[in-house]
Amino acid sequence: MSGAGGARALGYAALAALAALPFFLSSYFQHLAVQIVIWSLVYTGWALMGRFRLTSLGHGAFLGVGAYVPTLLWNNYGVTPWLGIPAAMALAILLAMVVGYPCFRLKVVGHYFALVTLALGQVVLLVIVAAREITGGSLGMTPRAVGHSWYALQLPDKASFYAVALGAWLLGIAAWHWVERGMQRPALEAIAEDEEAAAAVGIDVLKEKLRITALSTGLTALGGALYAQYLMYLNPESMSGVGISLQIVFAAIAGGMYSMFGPTVGACLHHRAQRGAARAVRHAFRRRRQYDLRRAACRVHHLHAARHRGLGRADGGAAEAAGPGHARGPGGRITLDSLRRF
Amino acid sequence: MDIYLLEAIINGLLLGGVLALLSLGLNLIFGVIDVVWIVYAEIVMSAMYGVYWLYSYYHWPLLLACVGAIGIGALIGVLVHVVVIQPILGSAPINQLLATGGLLFFLQSLATLLFGTDYRNLGIRLPVIEIGDIFISFSRLIAFFMALVGAVLLYLFLAKTYLGTAIRAIAQDREIMGLMGVNERRIYVITSAIGGGLAGLAACLLVLQYDVHPFIGLTFGPITFMVCVLGGLGNMIGGFIAAFIISQIIAVGGYYFPVEVAEVLAFVFFIVMILFRPQGILGK
Amino acid sequence: MSSKSISAASTEMAALLRLKDVSAGYGSFAALFGISLSVESGEAVGVVGPNGAGKTTLMRVISGLLPPTGGRIELEGDDLAGAPSYRIVAAGIAHVPENRRLFPRLTVEENLRMGAYLLQARKHFAERLDGVYGRFPRLKERRTQLAGTLSGGEQQMVAIGRALMSKPKLLLMDEPSAGLAPRVVDQVFDLVRGIRAEGLTVLIVEQNVRRVLEVVDRAYLLETGHIRLAGSAAELKENAFIRQSYLGL
Repeated sequence: MSGAGGARALGYAALAALAALPFFLSSYFQHLAVQIVIWSLVYTGWALMGRFRLTSLGHGAFLGVGAYVPTLLWNNYGVTPWLGIPAAMALAILLAMVVGYPCFRLKVVGHYFALVTLALGQVVLLVIVAAREITGGSLGMTPRAVGHSWYALQLPDKASFYAVALGAWLLGIAAWHWVERGMQRPALEAIAEDEEAAAAVGIDVLKEKLRITALSTGLTALGGALYAQYLMYLNPESMSGVGISLQIVFAAIAGGMYSMFGPTVGACLHHRAQRGAARAVRHAFRRRRQYDLRRAACRVHHLHAARHRGLGRADGGAAEAAGPGHARGPGGRITLDSLRRF
Repeated sequence: MDIYLLEAIINGLLLGGVLALLSLGLNLIFGVIDVVWIVYAEIVMSAMYGVYWLYSYYHWPLLLACVGAIGIGALIGVLVHVVVIQPILGSAPINQLLATGGLLFFLQSLATLLFGTDYRNLGIRLPVIEIGDIFISFSRLIAFFMALVGAVLLYLFLAKTYLGTAIRAIAQDREIMGLMGVNERRIYVITSAIGGGLAGLAACLLVLQYDVHPFIGLTFGPITFMVCVLGGLGNMIGGFIAAFIISQIIAVGGYYFPVEVAEVLAFVFFIVMILFRPQGILGK
Repeated sequence: MSSKSISAASTEMAALLRLKDVSAGYGSFAALFGISLSVESGEAVGVVGPNGAGKTTLMRVISGLLPPTGGRIELEGDDLAGAPSYRIVAAGIAHVPENRRLFPRLTVEENLRMGAYLLQARKHFAERLDGVYGRFPRLKERRTQLAGTLSGGEQQMVAIGRALMSKPKLLLMDEPSAGLAPRVVDQVFDLVRGIRAEGLTVLIVEQNVRRVLEVVDRAYLLETGHIRLAGSAAELKENAFIRQSYLGL
């Protein structure tokens, strides 16, 4: 009796400590804390599937949906993120269901499932880049800034954002707890071990898988949305695609994907490591890449613009840009965009 | 037929050749050793740097640099197997995924460290061939034929030699290979070397057409995996067919739509195909 | 119930294969306990016993698929215990595994080619292939057919032919008649007799006690990992225990 009460009291104390944390930290560490909390949510979301052998290599897809949808709604229609984010989560879950339902129904598992998710992550990235008119493509986009506003969920004051992030993280932990305590966990573990046997004892395999997928992708989308709102900058590379998807997998597993706070530990590990040279390099690269892209995009040289777009047509020429009689040809500087058009 | 559409189809065909070569290596490894080298595109990237380095810094003749790159690819392949895969051969696929995935980050970081994040180019401008109104890049043409040559050589090797037959056999029944007098470990190592060597060959063909940078693997990696799975993971003929299907979708799609849309079409096609036939076109 | 009466004289020197006190198991499960047996050059020796007695384990230990936990396995005096299979095969032991274990998606001829993988065997591939086709004309007709599509009996022929391609000193056969129709079983045992007559040394493990005692010179009875009886085929056929338990007489 008192043991359970004692544990709970400890839990509340820890929670209070966590909540109060930002007030004791310098700005830089506050920044780190916010990032860790948000990514903990994302990794926890992934781990909800990963721990039951539903290894997704494409969670970047849901991160991307979560990041871009509220921003697009806000920028174009003035929809507050408080509505935009749930909408994004719903959309992410819908996407997961659309792909997941046939997958689970047709027993696409293991390597095949992982690679389908990989493809999904890429699709979202490509769609974001393709829709560059509204998303800014590889250059990225920013939410329309209105200074400090709870309505717009733009909180330059890190401590406030930390509170929001912490709340979301708690949501993730609560979800984990719900799965642990309920019938979901033994059902899903049974499914993970032997799907046919599980079905034979009456477990609705399809429903369980879909449900945990919905939970996982919804939380991931939430994390993506918060990250975008916090950074006030989105770009497809860091919000979708293979790189970030793999990062999620690694961090979640490194911290331990079978335990409630494992993914959170993974976030701490990952983002501390980021402080090293690795982060400096990656940052430099991202900046450099953007610089190259801007430089290329700003080039007025008609032929060059035609050329590098033309490369993308995989035909070595630029059918659209060049009229008859215009010189066409491959070569020229190859930018990331054209590389992507492999 | 619209001449530009024809051009797109032809270029799609040429693209398919290199994609097919890429998928061959991956399928070989998976079909024989039953592991997915998530790091495969990065091996290609490393070999591309190899060509670049040998050609630009050491001024090796291009052909020799390419041979060197194939060797580098083979060497990396062997290292991947011996250092990373062999110790965890029996364990859960997720561990293999993690191990090769970790290697992916490692190679990217190493390349960044050694060469920085700049785009590197060989600086070779190969001519563009004009046939009628169609423009075909010569480098692409070479790549296509070399890919075919590579595929044919691989086929002959697997079908006609003792070693090749043993490689096919070990994929079917590993346990009794010893009873044939075959050293299984050695077969796996040789297979890894071949897989890596194919990556090296693909690298030579790619570096003629594209710049190299540490993260280039992220551009063609997913497509390569998609092609392999679409054809049936482990099935080399299936991968070959799938490569040409996907490249045609991208090329012809790129004629009618912006290229990213064409790629989206390709991926969506993949997802739908897998849902209808999860084992892939020629999968079991 | 244990009696070891060895009436066939076998001196230490003449034995082609000699197992001394061999034990083996799978993890914590012990399957063989201190097995000692011998096979002389030119002999046909049988090992009989019920299911689960350890017969297949015995074969796997000899051919190197399973390392023994103790004892010596001497081929012409050299201890091969614990050596990897490919080295044991190179030393001259060929194993026709239980259930044939052909490579299903290789053709008949490719399967046979795998049998001749050893460097010393490759040189003689062509002539040995002719020999196998001579012995099994039906296989020659089906040389380009995928092995997985053959009937059980044909597969057994391929399996035996494959083992013969390495021109072994000792042929191990694990339950060659298992799962085969009675007429095919006849063919298999005729085959064993034929191989036997050509002077090849054979160690054959079988559940079909009656049939195997007709083709071998000597036999051992293996029950729950122990050798219970040993003797010439004639002796075992007359043995009361064997007659009662295995021959249903």
